[in-house]
Amino acid sequence: MALLQIAEPGQSAAPHEHKLAVGIDLGTTNSLVASVRSGSAITLVNNAGHDILPSVVRYTADAIIVGDLAAEQAVTDPENTISSVKRLMGKAFTDIDAARIPNVLIESASGQPLIKTVAGELNPVQVSAEILKTLAARATESLAGELNGVVITVPAYFDDAQRQGTKDAANIAGLNVLRLLNEPTAAAIAYGLDAGQEGVIAVYDLGGGTFDISILRLNKGVFEVLATGGDSALGGDDFDHLVADWISAEAGLVGEQPLAMQRLLLNQAKQAKQALTDIDSVDITLSLDAVDWQGSLSRVTFEALIQPLVKRTLLACRRSLKDAEISKEDVLEVVMVGGSTRVPLVREKVGEFFAQQPLTSINPDKVVAVGAAIQADVLVGNKPDSELLLLDVTPLSLGLETMGNLVEKVIPRNTTIPVARAQEFTTFKDGQTAMTIHVLQGERELVTDCRSLARFSLTGIPPMAAGAAHIRVTFQVDADGLLSVSAMEKSSGVSASIQVKPSYGLSDDEVANMLKDSMTYAKEDVTARMLAEQQLEADRVMESLIVALQQDGKALLSDAEQSVIENAIQALYKIRQGDDRDAIEKEIETVDKLTQDFAARRMDASIRKALQGQSVDKV
Amino acid sequence: MNHFELFGLPVNFELDSASLATTYRDLQRTLHPDNFASSSERERLLSVQKSSQVNDAYSILKSPIQRAEYILAICHEDIRGEQKTLQDPMFLMQQMEQHERLEDIAHAVDPEQEIADFDDELTLSIKQYLQEFNELVNIEHYNDAANVVRKLKFVYKLQTQLSTLEDSLLDY
Repeated sequence: MALLQIAEPGQSAAPHEHKLAVGIDLGTTNSLVASVRSGSAITLVNNAGHDILPSVVRYTADAIIVGDLAAEQAVTDPENTISSVKRLMGKAFTDIDAARIPNVLIESASGQPLIKTVAGELNPVQVSAEILKTLAARATESLAGELNGVVITVPAYFDDAQRQGTKDAANIAGLNVLRLLNEPTAAAIAYGLDAGQEGVIAVYDLGGGTFDISILRLNKGVFEVLATGGDSALGGDDFDHLVADWISAEAGLVGEQPLAMQRLLLNQAKQAKQALTDIDSVDITLSLDAVDWQGSLSRVTFEALIQPLVKRTLLACRRSLKDAEISKEDVLEVVMVGGSTRVPLVREKVGEFFAQQPLTSINPDKVVAVGAAIQADVLVGNKPDSELLLLDVTPLSLGLETMGNLVEKVIPRNTTIPVARAQEFTTFKDGQTAMTIHVLQGERELVTDCRSLARFSLTGIPPMAAGAAHIRVTFQVDADGLLSVSAMEKSSGVSASIQVKPSYGLSDDEVANMLKDSMTYAKEDVTARMLAEQQLEADRVMESLIVALQQDGKALLSDAEQSVIENAIQALYKIRQGDDRDAIEKEIETVDKLTQDFAARRMDASIRKALQGQSVDKV
Repeated sequence: MNHFELFGLPVNFELDSASLATTYRDLQRTLHPDNFASSSERERLLSVQKSSQVNDAYSILKSPIQRAEYILAICHEDIRGEQKTLQDPMFLMQQMEQHERLEDIAHAVDPEQEIADFDDELTLSIKQYLQEFNELVNIEHYNDAANVVRKLKFVYKLQTQLSTLEDSLLDY
């Protein structure tokens, strides 16, 4: 009876109601949004009928332009037009080859790159948020409703800082992120579900700015990533730069070129590269100010230019196969993803390496967004009977600094996530009361060769003899690949923990401020938004509890326990109707405490059930 | 709950890896955080914990050497991370010879063939040691079983070094 009162129409969402979810491919060069409509995933188009949104943002004094229009204005207003911003995501200023970026970059106080424009100094996260907003607006219009959640794809090889940056961008854009999904895995879903295959597949993903290789095992709807590798700074853009350098040398240009010329060179290079996919030689004209040059580039010369980069990708393929303990002959299919796999040399070399014809039947520009949309539809709850399950891995090893500038690995690369691993350390001085914990990511042995993710201190350790304290450091990586670290001294119980905020990322305050700024810009009411989010969380809590009670209430709870939970739901429902955000938050906490035990019992029951199913299978 | 119990298995070195993989998938199908994307914070946290536990157990159970170490840790003593050296002159002598062989490969006429042969031999000796471990553990001779694991670690390490060498010699 209590349950019926809660499920009033239009109030708390009923479990079977269709929800709006999209998959977003936030690419270096192009971005797309896709959604499942009437059973199949399709990319969503803008008013002009285009689904591909160039990942280009132009800032003027009073407006922000995203997409085709911005891309067209890149040569005329290079300083305020930002393209390939994904390459700056989560990077330190010192990581970046400024000569390769046709914008004015400055270093922030915390060492991050900022892009100088007429609209101020912008963080790459803010710029990415604009691209996400544009796609979300397109989806909201096209699907005629507010989005319940999004799945955003990232290169499998993205490190913690780059993933966190992407998630921050989504928060600033006001999106509920269901999952950060690795691009190759998304592509595998798009292909795998079509074919209903079983076996090992390799996904070779060469995009505008990043390269990924993933080896997956497909089995009855489970996509188990066995290994992943790649290079987060290698892509079609690098082909363009090599061609631009060649044109520049042929045209006799010396020294650093003005921004407009840099942009023109890159545009001509890109066009030439694309043309060489279908023809053997292409004519190039370079005409700007005093420069007037004409020449032609043959495919043979182009292939000689890019050969070393293609070879680098094959090296990564080899290493990943090894990590996966799979030999080339065991690979059933090779899936090609990303616009740069259109380059004939890439197809040829990959085919040679795996000794088979790679699959290219789904448009390589769209396949990632399509896969993300399928996953989003499942995660948001539209397909309760779905068999789809993704088991992803960490692309890079995670570790801690130890004595002598060395890194001790806590979680090796290609470990299936989510994962929690602990390591014990001790003090090395008598009476030592604090310990600094330095978290690193990378494969090398020296601290200086790895990426520094965070540093924090465990203080208040009771003074003991050297070696007597037992400090347990726990790493937890969630399903999005994001890391949190906690440390505890065992005898005293003194503890410290952090959600790893990468050294080159944004602080929580910075994200909150950007969120506020972006809302002021959109003239949205911050308080209303925060209330709505809290109400949504309350709905989620109630909805999952109602389903839980229906499924397991009788089996796992006494009548008294059941009515305690029902009353708690009732109370939360009442308060949720009001507009007191803090009160809702408090009530959610109360409900959470009251149902903690029930949740744990359900989890254990489902383990037993899974094992039982297993033993029945065997019989 | 130990890793074997989590997978509904007896503590036994021999196991059917295909059925282990099936159980693993069944457990993750229920526990993985993706099943809780629209659930409450509490359920999501619980699922991350449980799912992590299942991943950890699976990675240990599916790897023969880690499974062996784990069985010793449950039934006898934890030798993971120990600094103790093996007191077996014969074995150590053999190790030295094998290290010399590894160093010579780079100058061999056909290094690729040498590497393949060496790798086959190591794989065979791993198989023999694992069998020996299984027999010793079954009759509860844990000290001897622990020594076999110590030897296995040497051989595994050698195999890793061999594969690093292969990487450095190849054209890729």
